[in-house]
Amino acid sequence: MDSIASHSLDFFDGDRSVSSKTVARSVTNRILSGICITLSLLTLVPLASIIILLLQKGLPLLGTAIFTELPPAAGMSGGGFGNAILGTLVMIAIGLAISAPAGILSAIFINEYAPTSRLAQAVRLVAKLLTGIPSIICGVFAFAAVVMTTGTFSAYAGGLALAVLMLPTILLTAEQALMGVQSAYREAALGLGATRFQTIARVVLPDAFPAIMTGVMLAVARAAGETAPLIFTALFSQFWAKSLNEPTASLSVLIYNFSTVPFPHQIGMAWTASLVLVAFVTIANIAAQTIFSRKN
Amino acid sequence: MQISNEAPAKLTTDHTNPPERPDFISVKDFNFFYGKKQALHTINMDIPERQVTAFIGPSGCGKSTLLRNFNRMNELIDGIHHTGDIRILGKSIYDKGVEVISLRRSIGMVFQKSNPFPKSIYENVVFALRISGISKKSDLDECVERSLRGAALWNEVKDRLHESALGLSGGQMQRLCIARAIANRPKVLLMDEPCSALDPIATVKVEELIRELKRQFTIVIVTHNMQQATRCSDKTAFFYLGKLVEYADTPKIFSNPSEKQTEDYITGRFG
Repeated sequence: MDSIASHSLDFFDGDRSVSSKTVARSVTNRILSGICITLSLLTLVPLASIIILLLQKGLPLLGTAIFTELPPAAGMSGGGFGNAILGTLVMIAIGLAISAPAGILSAIFINEYAPTSRLAQAVRLVAKLLTGIPSIICGVFAFAAVVMTTGTFSAYAGGLALAVLMLPTILLTAEQALMGVQSAYREAALGLGATRFQTIARVVLPDAFPAIMTGVMLAVARAAGETAPLIFTALFSQFWAKSLNEPTASLSVLIYNFSTVPFPHQIGMAWTASLVLVAFVTIANIAAQTIFSRKN
Repeated sequence: MQISNEAPAKLTTDHTNPPERPDFISVKDFNFFYGKKQALHTINMDIPERQVTAFIGPSGCGKSTLLRNFNRMNELIDGIHHTGDIRILGKSIYDKGVEVISLRRSIGMVFQKSNPFPKSIYENVVFALRISGISKKSDLDECVERSLRGAALWNEVKDRLHESALGLSGGQMQRLCIARAIANRPKVLLMDEPCSALDPIATVKVEELIRELKRQFTIVIVTHNMQQATRCSDKTAFFYLGKLVEYADTPKIFSNPSEKQTEDYITGRFG
């Protein structure tokens, strides 16, 4: 107790030995703050340098033709990659059409209907394991399941591979979103005589919707940039796809293909495609965080 | 109301005019268990129609458990079971033919913490109608005005019915929850410590409201506040360790209790 009392008086009596301790404390404090700030700034370096590089190399070829025309043949100039942009969007749409209903409905089951059941525990465990599966394995799975059986690379197969990739993210974030809904709302609805389904449809889901959509957008952002699952499944195409059942171009595979050829124009297009892809992913992420998280 | 419709004919004619039924809710040899733990021991009591009955007792004495059995809300918890019977208007709420959904629709419930939905004031009130499939605008409008007037909230919110209910004050939110609970014209209103989260002024308003509402509803209120029980209840039941120790007219319980335990509790010697 004595020491506390005397320390509290340091400020007034100006004892030199004590004030040197105070200086030492403040120096340590500043050094540690400095280290934290420096390391925080360092984490910005990779993202910032990627964006600067992409703008430098990708902007020159950016124009309307990029979105409307087909990729040029080897060694030729001009053209664009409209088919790859469309292909990426279509395959993400197919992936979402499978994974969003499956993920959200599973989350409703494991959080609302039977949270302690064996099935719910199994689903939760499998979803967590699935988040750790390398994306190339999703591609191999879709290759075996769709490409081998139908005999052709297709947007369906690519969409399925992306669905497997997105499913655990959507399921787990939707479960978290539902857990975040106050149980007082459920109690109020059930007390008024709502069925379990009415409680979920009218009270729980509307409240959890923004958080669920954030999870969906994050899954989309991740899937949009995946190359490995698409090489095995959708392959690539120089042309506009006439159906969903034929090889389909995608941005990520286009980048992979064009960056490995010796023609400067194609390499330039790979940069532009990278810029478009990063812009798409960034917009999806920002949209997820602003539009859907206004709840708080 | 499902329950009154299916009640024996002679009983329904009985309660159209006063005198009210003394056994509107009737609890018979009721035991209740959470898993192996017995929460209620052989409860027998009759709750009279259109009066306010208060349940008092220390925390964990089983008063809320009994209240939550009247509309079978306890069934949301795993591993519960009961023996004995609870009858409302002479009809067992545990009969095979009773749908728990229609039971809950004919009994209003107000919770300890006010819990309006994150929707507009209007949508909160008409929730019970919407889940019964009523969507005619004139019906809904009529219900909103009647219920909000019934909950003494109409004048405060009539100009902002379509604003979020979460913008109301704590006392207004609780009265909104009461409006929501009476929107479906229930026979019974269950209130689980409705004022414990309110300030004294909001509490007075809700208590006035309770005295007003008993003209139309049979009210059961769980409270920790003994002054509140004396102020707004007609009968009081004292629970201790899962048993009904004493049940009598409120003035008698508070001025001349028959049981030593009741006297000790209301004089603050334990609990």
